[in-house]
Amino acid sequence: MTINETQDEIIEEFSLFDDWEEKYEYIIDIGKKLPPLQEQFKTEDNIIKGCQSRVWLHADRDDEKVLFAGDSDAVIVKGLIALLIRVLSGHTAEEIARADLYFIDRIGMKQHLAQTRANGLLAMLKQMKLYAVAYSTMSK
Amino acid sequence: METVLSDIFAVESIRQDFPILNQTVHGKPLVYFDNAATTQKPRPVIEALAQYYEQFNANIHRGIHTLAERATAEYEATRDKAREFINAAHREEIVFTRGTTEGINLVAQTYGRQVLKPGDEVIISGMEHHSNIVPWQMICEQTGAKLRVIPVTDSGEIILEEYEKLLSEKTKIVAVVYVSNSLGTINPVREIIEKAHAYGAKVLLDGAQASAHLDIDVQSLDADFYVFSSHKVYGPTGVGVLYGKRELLEAMPPYQGGGEMIKDVSFEKTTYNELPYKFEAGTPNIADTVAFKAALDYVTAIGKPAVGEYEHDLLTYATGAMQEIDGLRIVGQAKEKISVVSFVMDGIHHQDIGIILDTQGIAVRTGHHCTQPLMNRFGILGTSRASFAMYNTREEIDRLVRGLHKVKKMMN
Repeated sequence: MTINETQDEIIEEFSLFDDWEEKYEYIIDIGKKLPPLQEQFKTEDNIIKGCQSRVWLHADRDDEKVLFAGDSDAVIVKGLIALLIRVLSGHTAEEIARADLYFIDRIGMKQHLAQTRANGLLAMLKQMKLYAVAYSTMSK
Repeated sequence: METVLSDIFAVESIRQDFPILNQTVHGKPLVYFDNAATTQKPRPVIEALAQYYEQFNANIHRGIHTLAERATAEYEATRDKAREFINAAHREEIVFTRGTTEGINLVAQTYGRQVLKPGDEVIISGMEHHSNIVPWQMICEQTGAKLRVIPVTDSGEIILEEYEKLLSEKTKIVAVVYVSNSLGTINPVREIIEKAHAYGAKVLLDGAQASAHLDIDVQSLDADFYVFSSHKVYGPTGVGVLYGKRELLEAMPPYQGGGEMIKDVSFEKTTYNELPYKFEAGTPNIADTVAFKAALDYVTAIGKPAVGEYEHDLLTYATGAMQEIDGLRIVGQAKEKISVVSFVMDGIHHQDIGIILDTQGIAVRTGHHCTQPLMNRFGILGTSRASFAMYNTREEIDRLVRGLHKVKKMMN
């Protein structure tokens, strides 16, 4: 599945929800289901600076593909991480770097990307792209 | 008792004065419980801002035309009102700043720089906002003075005996928060000041949280410096007041150089303006300062004793109702508190609490509230904080309690 196909799938899923509560119930649910990041990857280097919750992001490579894993001490952020991982993980560095993540706006979660310092989602997205750019330069 | 209170205190008519409250958030009527961060503005404040720009916008003090005279008069009228609001002895003891933070930095960088010598000590408390920590750390680093910290009890109160042990001939400045922004604790500032003065130290009170809730009398308290912000007292953002005793302000060097603060300038020597203008370099925030008076008039007209009594009822009601919630713990249980309830919930991150309450239309603040050392003291990363103002109601607290039950249901 391409990045955009996954995004469209998520948009489709969210279109079933009537209100904010249902959306967040779903995000909380997938947040709880995201496998916890192994303790050895919860390092200072992997921490994304957000003001309110701690967020860790770890990147790995499998041939051409970049694999992401993440975690947070807050559940809703963890659910958002799970969505980002579902969309971006397993794609090539170039695909990730070029990805236009329109699904965040379409599922009504754009406020989580605001510059409020309230959470590290924007920083996390940047970090995922940075990893991708770094990997693609390395392979050239 | 309830009916009596609501009879005296016309909260419904007060709510009509705050247009912002009349809106829905995520389809639910807004419940604004983030008043310790900033209060909403009553219509007279909003109108005063518009009136200034529509009728008499002009640069103040040196203009000889009619608009400049009117703008100057209105700006200076706020100074008179601010003097009355905190019962300062003289109008020139009121210096306008950008806010509480600037007021503290001003005192640290002028008075602090003048008096602190290597080995001297500055005392703060363990419940200070970062704004009343960092400026003192900076001046201590610059002068070789040492920063000492009064510890705080489990209930969130300053330990006076420990404070007394810290005081010595080396103490030059004591800077403490009147009311804690994170916990709501009202500190025994009168005693703190008395004890500091016995050692000849000067005291700065951070009045950011106190000024909208308590009657402030800087003369009776014998405070040397008192700082607060307009935007936490129903006024515009970007304006604050630094009160300083006249003899102290007179002896202090200026803070910033520029226009307004000078008497005569030549390339050889500049003489400085008199108080309070010596500390007001550059064109000030005229519009917001003018509108600030409308806020102070508004609060005065309702009367702080009535506001305080009403808010205390909200605090008691909220504390009782929230303590009933299983797994919820109130952080900060001082005997003397203003209307702030800071809390944590078992196994639930404060950020999740804040996001879910927002979907219910309820605005609270979550995080460390710029008091990281205090959070460390309690072994937590942050809290959720509901802070009440004169326009809040018991019905809104009921909605918060229902919202918190929803948080529990969704998270478990």
